[in-house]
Amino acid sequence: MNSLRELFGYPFMVNALQAGTIVAVVSASMGWFMVLRRQTFAGHTLSIVGFPGAAGAILLGISPAFGYFGFCAVAALLIGAADPRAGTTTYRQESALIGTVQAMALASGFLFVSLYHGNLNGLTGLLFGSFLGITRGQVLTLLAVGAGALVGLAIIARPLLFASVDPEVAAAAGLPVRALSLGFLLLLAVAVAETAQITGALLVFALLVLPPATAQTITGRPAFGLGLSVTLAMVVTWAGLVAAYYTPYPTGAFITTFSFAAYALARGTRWLAERSRSTRPVIASEVPG
Amino acid sequence: MSTLVAMAGSITSILSHPFLRHAFLAGTGIAASCGLVGYFVVLRGQVFTGDALSHVAFTGALAALAAGFDLRLGLFGATVAVAVGMGVLGRSGRADDVVIGSVFAWMLGLGVLFLSIYTAGSSGSNGTAGVSVLFGSILGLSGGAARIAAAIGGAVCAGIVLVARPLLFASVDEGIAAAAGVPVRALGVGFLALVGVTAAETTQAVGALLLLGLLAAPAAAAHRLTDHPYRGLALSAALAVLAMWAGLTLSYVFPATPPSFAVVAVATVIYAAAAGRGTVLRGLARRGGRNPSGDNGSPRAEEVEHA
Repeated sequence: MNSLRELFGYPFMVNALQAGTIVAVVSASMGWFMVLRRQTFAGHTLSIVGFPGAAGAILLGISPAFGYFGFCAVAALLIGAADPRAGTTTYRQESALIGTVQAMALASGFLFVSLYHGNLNGLTGLLFGSFLGITRGQVLTLLAVGAGALVGLAIIARPLLFASVDPEVAAAAGLPVRALSLGFLLLLAVAVAETAQITGALLVFALLVLPPATAQTITGRPAFGLGLSVTLAMVVTWAGLVAAYYTPYPTGAFITTFSFAAYALARGTRWLAERSRSTRPVIASEVPG
Repeated sequence: MSTLVAMAGSITSILSHPFLRHAFLAGTGIAASCGLVGYFVVLRGQVFTGDALSHVAFTGALAALAAGFDLRLGLFGATVAVAVGMGVLGRSGRADDVVIGSVFAWMLGLGVLFLSIYTAGSSGSNGTAGVSVLFGSILGLSGGAARIAAAIGGAVCAGIVLVARPLLFASVDEGIAAAAGVPVRALGVGFLALVGVTAAETTQAVGALLLLGLLAAPAAAAHRLTDHPYRGLALSAALAVLAMWAGLTLSYVFPATPPSFAVVAVATVIYAAAAGRGTVLRGLARRGGRNPSGDNGSPRAEEVEHA
């Protein structure tokens, strides 16, 4: 207990814990809808697009925040234009487009960094984040952007839920399914752009997919699931930060490992429960792997 | 056309440099295998699986480096093992997107861990190892490594050509293929193993983070340009090799651009051109009432069967 008090004595740890909490709440809420809508690939690509944005902004000498938000918004519009739910493309074409956008974004990021005469530590910082070097100002910016994204999500949450669960019926009921989809992608882009500045482009995805996937394995109820997802994300982030404080290993490795352990536990429990419930071998072979 | 001629001219002058000869040799094998494998990756809707395997390649390579083994051991071991695992665990050789995402988010975390162990363990100068795994170092291949890479690329191409017919059938209509006695599940797992080998192989050329460009963009362009499966397969390989050659040439002409960027940029331009052309032609066809690409929609099961 004493060493925990000592941990809170360091301002950088307090900043990291506060930033981590904001990041966890925002990405776990956004991620819950992302997982529900099966848009993990789009989410992963959006989270990566922040990297060339930041690298390009550094090359031009402007604030990386502009780069993060600008690139993520453009990528969200590109991906949104090929949304198969809108009926313009097939899933096959959509995933190929997302993959190409992602590779091109990463390639541009690499070009920007090498044009900047590659500060390689900077490169790893952009990709893997620097949880322990967060300033007070960054925490406040995070809070503002995060609150904005959450308010936006809260406004469209109810129709978005409807449109995600059953797009045809929602469209028949007069909901603007396509606009909702695009709006969600833009909100997701804002959330990951903000998060990527703290966790690095490569690790945003872990908080975006793992706690929501765990929550949706445990429950199908929306409100309970969202709450569970946010709680899980906060717990793993705190645990990861504290573990990284006491060991020489990076925060990201702990956060991803803790969240994956929770996910594996939830899947394993559900698999066992389904197995004991159904004695017929036909059903057992239909359990998704 | 004249740019192509100029490019061919500069290629002959480029080939006097041994390191570029090695890059072209390895690059051709790698790009051809990426094009062929990528065609099926796009056809089967498994681009996200390729994305996941590219991150597994990063973790595998750094795990090998951290443990002090040869980098390629970790690369091939990790990608093939995870690819086969995804195939076996998923339904009929395909895994769910959320499961894939969850596994590779964790894999990335492990990769970061190995990176930190490796950079802490080896004194100083090794900060570049992580970067070259992420973004490739095709110009740094030795003659021996280039020949091995070209040979593996050739073997993957031969493997794809061997299973092309049943794999096409199984990809287009799984149910009918299974009813006709095609071993759909074994094909799916075997194909994912080939994707794993290709991912490991391509990581050496353009890096773990950019291999998706070589896997998805030429193949997606080929899918846009033709619906005929074998023509598309050949076109996809040809476009990937073209992207590789043009990219290497560009980065030779403009030394400020890294080769992996140039290769992915050319592949993206090819994809964008094909997508734009396809959209325009489809619009014209709708107005004129004819179909520009010969046959309509995706290849049908019976077509594949009789092809």
